[in-house]
Amino acid sequence: MRALPGAARVYVGLVVLSAVAAIALGPHAGIEPATLVLVVVLYVVTESISTAMYNGKAGISPSAAASLAAVVLVGPVGAAAGALCAAPFVLRRQNLVKRMFNGGQLALVGYAAGHAFLALGGQVGPPDRADFPWVLVPFCAALGVYGIVNALLVGLLMWCLGEVRLQPPRRVRWRTLATLELASLGYGMLGLFIAVVWGVIGAPAILLVLLPLFIARWAFDQCIAEQRAHEATLATLCQAVETKDYYTRGHCMRVSKGAGMIAQQLGMPAERVQTIRYAGMLHDVGKLGVPTKVLQKPDKLTEEEFAAIQLHPMRGYEIVREIGFLDEALGGIMHHHERMDGSGYPMGLAGTDIPEFGRIISVADAFDCMTSTRSYRKARSIEEAFAELRRGAGTQFDPTMVAALITAVDRDGWELPDAVEPPGDGSAVVAQQDHDDPSVPLRVVREAER
Amino acid sequence: MITEEFYAMRAPRRAGAWRMLDEPVRVLVIAVAAVFAAGSLLWTLVSGFVEGQTALAFGVLIALGELARITLPGNREVAPVASAGAIGYTFLLTIGGDTVHHSGWQVLAVVTVGFALGELPHIAAGRSPEWSDVARRMLVIVVITLAFRPFADVLSPGSADWHWWPALLLMATLVLVGWLTDAITAAAVRAERLRTRITVAFRDELRAHAGLGMAIGSSGILIALASTITGLAGLLVFTAPLLVTQVAFRRFAEVRLTYLQTVRALSRVTEVGGYVAPGHSRRVSRLAKSIGCELGMRESDLLELEYAALMHDIGQLSLRDPVASGATVFALPREQRRIAELGSAVIRETGVLDSVAELVRRQCEPYAGDGDDGPPPLGSRVIKVANAVDDLAGEAADTERVQAVLERLRMDGFGEYDPEVVEAAARAIERAVARW
Repeated sequence: MRALPGAARVYVGLVVLSAVAAIALGPHAGIEPATLVLVVVLYVVTESISTAMYNGKAGISPSAAASLAAVVLVGPVGAAAGALCAAPFVLRRQNLVKRMFNGGQLALVGYAAGHAFLALGGQVGPPDRADFPWVLVPFCAALGVYGIVNALLVGLLMWCLGEVRLQPPRRVRWRTLATLELASLGYGMLGLFIAVVWGVIGAPAILLVLLPLFIARWAFDQCIAEQRAHEATLATLCQAVETKDYYTRGHCMRVSKGAGMIAQQLGMPAERVQTIRYAGMLHDVGKLGVPTKVLQKPDKLTEEEFAAIQLHPMRGYEIVREIGFLDEALGGIMHHHERMDGSGYPMGLAGTDIPEFGRIISVADAFDCMTSTRSYRKARSIEEAFAELRRGAGTQFDPTMVAALITAVDRDGWELPDAVEPPGDGSAVVAQQDHDDPSVPLRVVREAER
Repeated sequence: MITEEFYAMRAPRRAGAWRMLDEPVRVLVIAVAAVFAAGSLLWTLVSGFVEGQTALAFGVLIALGELARITLPGNREVAPVASAGAIGYTFLLTIGGDTVHHSGWQVLAVVTVGFALGELPHIAAGRSPEWSDVARRMLVIVVITLAFRPFADVLSPGSADWHWWPALLLMATLVLVGWLTDAITAAAVRAERLRTRITVAFRDELRAHAGLGMAIGSSGILIALASTITGLAGLLVFTAPLLVTQVAFRRFAEVRLTYLQTVRALSRVTEVGGYVAPGHSRRVSRLAKSIGCELGMRESDLLELEYAALMHDIGQLSLRDPVASGATVFALPREQRRIAELGSAVIRETGVLDSVAELVRRQCEPYAGDGDDGPPPLGSRVIKVANAVDDLAGEAADTERVQAVLERLRMDGFGEYDPEVVEAAARAIERAVARW
């Protein structure tokens, strides 16, 4: 792990110190040692089975259940002490700073939630019959405070690490965040569950309650593994399709990336950005329907051959239309060769009649083509490609998308593909022209020339 | 004429009464559940209803749970919240200190009404449930509740020397028994539909329901125990954790479906490229799957087989020109081998489908094997036969032609095709024809 910025170190130190201070100051009466030990066990187990979600950056952890059970069973100070005591024993590979931060964070969150619980009239100790249903009011307040303080503490850390800039609200992945929050709330409710069952059957409650936790965690793991497998397979199959031409290797991945950058720059919600990444990846699968000898023809193309090339977006659409999650991407795949002036293919749509995804992919597609090496020319520089895109803006490309790509690439940079040299034995298949290349249009023999 | 439907896993369903003859076990399961449902309603009507408020709360929970049912991979409908609610109602001893007295039949009546109300919106929207799954959900509760309710009074925390051990032990045992019964019925229905072996289906069902089954069972027990203190207000709170689990399982099912759709769609690139006949990959995968069922392959192996069969020709993408008429069966053995190797290399590239890649790599070996590695895996032998049948019979083959093809594979004297697999293919095709 790279060195932590100073601000982050100071912040982690502050969090841990204030947790220790809270425990040292708080009233210690009424905390049963035996219960506290079991609370520590609960913390250790729940923290150890926490699931890494959301690119492994933020973890969703069932420790909310432990925290809130601790709040009800041993009160704010007990909850904080339990969290801090559990931190060294958590069975996860973490470095010291992260471990300290997690412990301190959980302690502070528990402390805050505990005070919310007490403030609204909650009683420390396993709730009994008389407490229901009114104990739900302080408990839900504690749950809310838990969510808010937790988000604040983690958000501040991310900010110190420089991983999040203050973003305009549209660009935040709301749905992912909402899912995470909901899951945490669900786990939090389990906290009350634990406390109540504790009152009926005592310590074995832990065992009973943890079973669904383990299973939920297992299901989430399965889900993530399957999702990764799906993405890996999708990428591999797309790449397999383009092994036909030595020079276009990696084209689909780069178009996918470029289209994603444009969409992000335009402020699209995360779901659509993901969809357009898929669309970019799949945009040329229909090229397989074009006979290889046409794609690789060094001379001018006849009208029929050109017509065959023009068919590839439709072919691509036919292949992928059954994939349920693509929906909007399908239009993008079908119309990625339309031009703003209406002279493109396959339908000759113009202006805003062209689906937004089609206009985005068109720009990303041309940009990657120009910045890659082709058999008939060297790769162009990014600036040259920008100039070419600007020249085509309005006639071939949507100016908004061109501007978005240029801004995004200027800010985040663009990884140029390695200059490829096909093996010298002539076994590699190379094309002499590229249908994506706006600077060197396909040469077609018109009827009149014959 | 043989169409795509020919190889479909579920043969085209006959209407009305004819269908009952196809699947007697399924009909029996539904009938038994219906008898219990009707009986419980009648009994409760005659003998009267106790503690209406509690019944109403649990009934609503069950109805909502049924409304939010999900479909797990393998077309298994489950309604975790409804099942947990029903189990909770069964195990209920006291509500906030007051002992409850409802009978097992009342539990069943509440569950019946809850299921019915939960399913109504689905049926109105044209999404009829898989009735055998609804029936199984009912039968689990029948088993648990009729065994537990008679002892409820004894176990209730009335006296001073009450202890929770016996109650908890009985609950856990009954949940286990209910789960096993469910697995057996599910396996019987499934084995009948897919024509696979019941022992294999039983193991598949146990595995498919293990996780969610445990979550449902423990949640049910917890709801019952916790209601002792919290009363009815707790019901809502205590379903939340199970909802989280349900969300996770639903997402998994969605991703699994998407994955399958992607592989199915992308397997068609070879057809669009003119490398193979249109619909070839899909027909091969369907036939391979029904052969696999016939041979008693496990569900996880069947999924791998399906992926491998869909992608078995992907290696052709690396060829400069398509094989003549797209049928690999006519290609030279050396060429076939190369296509298999190339395809396997592509699939291995994903990093997650190694066993699928292995099936594809060895798909053209003779059935006794030709190297030091021994005979190829069963999946590879199945793909070899399915591919040959489809290549030789073609898309629009009639029954006679398919029979001739099978005869040719049987007579093959070079040990290319596994006789057992060929026979399984013959049975699978025969059944599809009979159903047509």
